[in-house]
Amino acid sequence: MPLTDEILDIVSSVALVDRKVLLLDTQVSDLGITSLDMVEIIFALEEKYHIELPFNANTNIQGFRTLGDVVAIVEKIIAESGGGA
Amino acid sequence: MRNQRRVVITGMGVVSPIGQDLATFRQNLFDGVCAIAPADFYRRDFVATYPVAAVKDFDPTRYLDAKACSLLDRFAQFAVAAARQAFQDSGLVLTPETAQRMAVITGTSVGAQNTLEASFMKLVDAAVPRAHPFTIPRLMSNAGSSHISMDLGITGPGFTVASACASAVHAIGVTLGMLRSGLIDRAITGGAEACLTFGTLRGWDALRVMAPDVCRPFSADRSGMVLGEGAAMLVLETLEAAEARGAKIYAELAGSGMSSDAKDITSPDVGGASRAIALALEDAGLAPEDIDYINAHGTGTRINDIMETAAIKKVFGPHAYKVAISAAKSLFGHALGAAGGLETVATVLALGADMAPPTIHYVRPDPDCDLDYTPNTARSLPMRAAIKNAFGFGGLNSVLVLRKLP
Repeated sequence: MPLTDEILDIVSSVALVDRKVLLLDTQVSDLGITSLDMVEIIFALEEKYHIELPFNANTNIQGFRTLGDVVAIVEKIIAESGGGA
Repeated sequence: MRNQRRVVITGMGVVSPIGQDLATFRQNLFDGVCAIAPADFYRRDFVATYPVAAVKDFDPTRYLDAKACSLLDRFAQFAVAAARQAFQDSGLVLTPETAQRMAVITGTSVGAQNTLEASFMKLVDAAVPRAHPFTIPRLMSNAGSSHISMDLGITGPGFTVASACASAVHAIGVTLGMLRSGLIDRAITGGAEACLTFGTLRGWDALRVMAPDVCRPFSADRSGMVLGEGAAMLVLETLEAAEARGAKIYAELAGSGMSSDAKDITSPDVGGASRAIALALEDAGLAPEDIDYINAHGTGTRINDIMETAAIKKVFGPHAYKVAISAAKSLFGHALGAAGGLETVATVLALGADMAPPTIHYVRPDPDCDLDYTPNTARSLPMRAAIKNAFGFGGLNSVLVLRKLP
């Protein structure tokens, strides 16, 4: 399954949001998720791909503004770490 | 003001990253000394580095013999040390009768985290999973209060209060109520915490609210909180009991306000926080215009500092812009269950010195945090009364009002 679909599946299942509404240009802030949901998503992505994501709830909102941003950062970190799950 | 017994502070003691005695703590508080530094945390070969504010070179054998030390987790050692300092500072001498009329009510958030982690590592790793016999007495979260009562011979009520970051302030507030009710005449109260452990740091890291470098409360570009540790204890007495023995009095504990947000397990709420502040003022019989200084909860997270600013404005109105505010967590980190104790001591010292300690690492104003946070340098100003805010995870809020005695 392409990485994008995997990631959106994880967001859907962790945050309990309908998968069909998740698009790359969907704003995270429009998902109706809490800050705790967001760190759960980050945790699930790190566990799945054995990576560390540079997310700080105080400062990183810009880097994780859309789902496309999330996919891009996961792809980048996977590439930098030389692999993934 | 309500017709009730008045309560005063007659002794204080601290074990903190900026000093292990009151005089050093006081000097470093006003000098704005930063105790935050990177430290390595290990699980076998895995190392994670985080900025923390640690109590350096604490020697428990200064307070207890080596055998007694082995019965106490680090957090309980801190508690006993700070309590003994406070007791000695107060000059109190107890009789069997007065000892029974004295309480030990202290706060802690997680308690014996070092013992917990070491015990589980051993149970998991060892060929035969045998626990050390002292595991349970060390682990129990009342250990701090118990050992203080044993060390000082205090035989009145004793227990431990837990409300995350507000634990010590809740402990002090509950103690105020018990003193006013006539149940007790004196108490040791405050908080202790020592959880700079691998598990704790990994747990907090996962919440994604920790700063990568320092704690910058209320500053633009702040990036979160930094964990600390320590203990601070205060001796409280009724005014009558203190005056009867000619005790020196630091300040009056004039009011306490408590509330629960009932909203979110981690995010704070303006409604709950402002209610606790308003209730504390009402309890003290004071108006916002009577307050000259606020020692903030000020964790350095984006959301706390915005919420706390809004809560202060909601209660204080235009006077919010006239009050000096400072966030001591910028100096010695967030000591969780001990934070409220350390910061209440800081508030009492500020009142006594007519000086607001600085909020250090302040770089530039945040439009959402536009009050006077005493940036980077302590400032002299006349102080009549002050407030200590504490807003715990899980929406548990506790606020104190302290007043100079005329």
